[in-house]
Amino acid sequence: MSGGNYYVPDQSRFPIFMAFSLFLLVMGASSTINNLDDPTNNSVYILYTGFGCLFLTMFFWFRQVIKEHLAGLDSNQLKQSYVFGMAWFIFSEVMFFAAFFGALFYVRTFAVPWLAGEGAKGGAIEAIELWQGFESTWPVMSTPDQGNEFVLADKSMAWPGWDHALEWLPLWNTIVLLSSSVTVHIAHLGLKNGNRRKFNIFLGITVTLALIFVGLQAAEYYEAYAHYGLTLNSGIYGSTFFMLTGFHGFHVMMGGFMLAVMLARSVFAGHFEDHDHFGFEAASWYWHFVDVVWVMLFLFVYIL
Amino acid sequence: MSAVIENHHDDHHHGPAKGITRWLYTTNHKDIGTLYLWFSFAMFLIGGAMAMVIRAELFSPGMQIVEPEFYNQMITLHGLIMIFGGVMPAFVGLANWLVPMMIGAPDMALPRMNNLSFWILPFAFFILLSSLFMEGGAPNFGWTFYAPLSTTYAPPSVTFFIFSVHIMGASSIMGSINVVVTIMNMRAPGVGLMKMPLFVWSWLITAYLLIAVMPVLAGAVTMMLMDIHFGTSFFNAAGGGDPVLFQHIFWFFGHPEVYIMILPAFGIVSHIIETFSRKPLFGYASMVWAMLSIAILSFVVWAHHMFTVGMPLAAEIFFMWATMLIAVPTGVKVFNWVATMFRGSITFETPMLFACAFVVLFTIGGLSGLMLAIVPADFQYHDTYFVVAHFHYVLVPGAIFSIMAAVYYWIPKWSGNMYDERLGKLHFWLSFIGVNVTFFPQHFIGLAGMPRRYPDYALQFADWNMVSSVGAFLFGFSQLLFLFIVVKTVIGGKKATDQVWEGAKGLEWTVASPAPYHTFSTPPKVD
Repeated sequence: MSGGNYYVPDQSRFPIFMAFSLFLLVMGASSTINNLDDPTNNSVYILYTGFGCLFLTMFFWFRQVIKEHLAGLDSNQLKQSYVFGMAWFIFSEVMFFAAFFGALFYVRTFAVPWLAGEGAKGGAIEAIELWQGFESTWPVMSTPDQGNEFVLADKSMAWPGWDHALEWLPLWNTIVLLSSSVTVHIAHLGLKNGNRRKFNIFLGITVTLALIFVGLQAAEYYEAYAHYGLTLNSGIYGSTFFMLTGFHGFHVMMGGFMLAVMLARSVFAGHFEDHDHFGFEAASWYWHFVDVVWVMLFLFVYIL
Repeated sequence: MSAVIENHHDDHHHGPAKGITRWLYTTNHKDIGTLYLWFSFAMFLIGGAMAMVIRAELFSPGMQIVEPEFYNQMITLHGLIMIFGGVMPAFVGLANWLVPMMIGAPDMALPRMNNLSFWILPFAFFILLSSLFMEGGAPNFGWTFYAPLSTTYAPPSVTFFIFSVHIMGASSIMGSINVVVTIMNMRAPGVGLMKMPLFVWSWLITAYLLIAVMPVLAGAVTMMLMDIHFGTSFFNAAGGGDPVLFQHIFWFFGHPEVYIMILPAFGIVSHIIETFSRKPLFGYASMVWAMLSIAILSFVVWAHHMFTVGMPLAAEIFFMWATMLIAVPTGVKVFNWVATMFRGSITFETPMLFACAFVVLFTIGGLSGLMLAIVPADFQYHDTYFVVAHFHYVLVPGAIFSIMAAVYYWIPKWSGNMYDERLGKLHFWLSFIGVNVTFFPQHFIGLAGMPRRYPDYALQFADWNMVSSVGAFLFGFSQLLFLFIVVKTVIGGKKATDQVWEGAKGLEWTVASPAPYHTFSTPPKVD
């Protein structure tokens, strides 16, 4: 709360352009997905156009906001609005992951044991001899219909035991991502102390670690699809595994992209001051958030 | 682009831009509020037309005017449009108009994002409505889109439905972030948290609920999308998932959503009752705490929508008691409204009529909710017209009456003109009678066992269904009168004073009527 001069921007074309881009994006996505088996369908170009327009609108919109900031239009109060806004945005992302973690906990605690005949509900399933021979384990490698509709996997991504720990990619991914949270923090300290070189170097390391993470994740997916037979079609284990790690990986890419933009702004444009760098701080908050999600994933998807 | 930067010094003093671009490119909270309100009115009429189709079909037993497949599309779209297109945008529109003025802020905290939140909606509903013309028809699985109806057995347009829900969710989340940030960061000096007008409090809590649950809905529709097109088995028991999981995720969103549609109404009604009783609101602090309790409890009651689906007994009992607990803070609120009116010098202008009807009829809806909360009784009531009567009592004479009350109450401030009091009262009485004639009989046919979501019914339900349909046509066509009154007020009418209502208190009544394009560019002093 402070007095006066809160910057209220004049008319802007960005919002409606962005809404229209989103419209193209989702129309294109819907018709593409509905026509996946029709090779003559061209709606994927609408999808690309929408994505391109979205990207361009965001680029110019952020550029405008940065310009306004450099022109000194942002009062401390407006900066505080960005801080609150980012915090609540991250909260909404937490809730998005909560839906998928909730699904994971539900199937592990209730659905799979019931389908295998445990408990009162499972007794009812057992009594009508539905899903006979299905065992409740986690990771569950079979499906209640014994792979009738689904393609069963040979191997899960779970903890392979100490003997094989070093060949286990998720462990390396954990090390990479946890270190990147440290390096982004060191970069932040460097910026706060006015050490631009340290900031650039450690932010560069962080972005590199993000790329390594995404690369390792791609290798892991390749291994799953090519060697383990573990796919989206492998029943509930494959579903939860790929959706949770997939959305996390997507968020790592977004967070890594944000940090890369911050790096470019610092290196090429000399943006950010020791006391004034919320753009970077927001991206680093986001980065810590994807890191925490990974720790949860590592515990509940891989280890336990 | 740099023009914007150079011109910023006189931004705050000039009026709206000319022509259509005023509405397309605006960053003004009042313009955006107006856009939201007109959009929601349009959706209200479209969703209402669908309700008319439903009631025409149910006018007498047997198949009358539409095919069962089309009937299913009507009930689905009616629910989705009224909730996501009617009630929610109306409340966001009111928040846009009122929150900055009530807390003495120059605008919403993030004005451009504010416009983005709005303009997503017309596109989202264009997609949703266009599904009516797609192969296989529009979504036909009910607004709750339970799997496997919405996955295995869904029409192809479900993909479009999923993505339109995605962008509606993005719009809601951005809109809510804007409201929360505005309230947390933009209050004029002296407007402490416990001095905020109750509408502002109600929206702070609502926005928090929205940010918490809209992403969960996005997660639910994403899992549907993956199940339908990419071979996952979240909601497919054959692959180790569970269709009931869908219901859990959906209602984890859905129950807070119910409160999202009623909390702002609580705020509105508190203001109106206070003004027309010419007394300070009874129990301000308890009103705030009641809303907070309702919001927190809303996260732990979701499974009361699913008592008959087969849950462990302990879960049924937990969700029954948690649900009943909500009656306590809700009772506090009803008590406070009545206590505010007690020994007040009450006058019954149109907003007050709607607010009084709200208190009585919402309480009826709340009490039938308590009946539904009782597990063994719910086994009888589940999926009958009793449920339909219950949620229409809380949504139509609840949420929608509060929105109409708000329009009558604040339209002099928005337009500078008084509405026609005689026509307003006529609109109220037609709506009041229409609503009760429509929905009260549905309690009877529901308790007698008529299931919801069928285009035909057994003969013993014929009389009350006909009564209900007559009431629905009365209510439906009365809303054209509302449209007429609003347009008439915007065009002209008796000039409103700044305070408008004798008993009105609050910052929005200190500015001119109509409110200037920019208000509180410098924060007012509030003691």
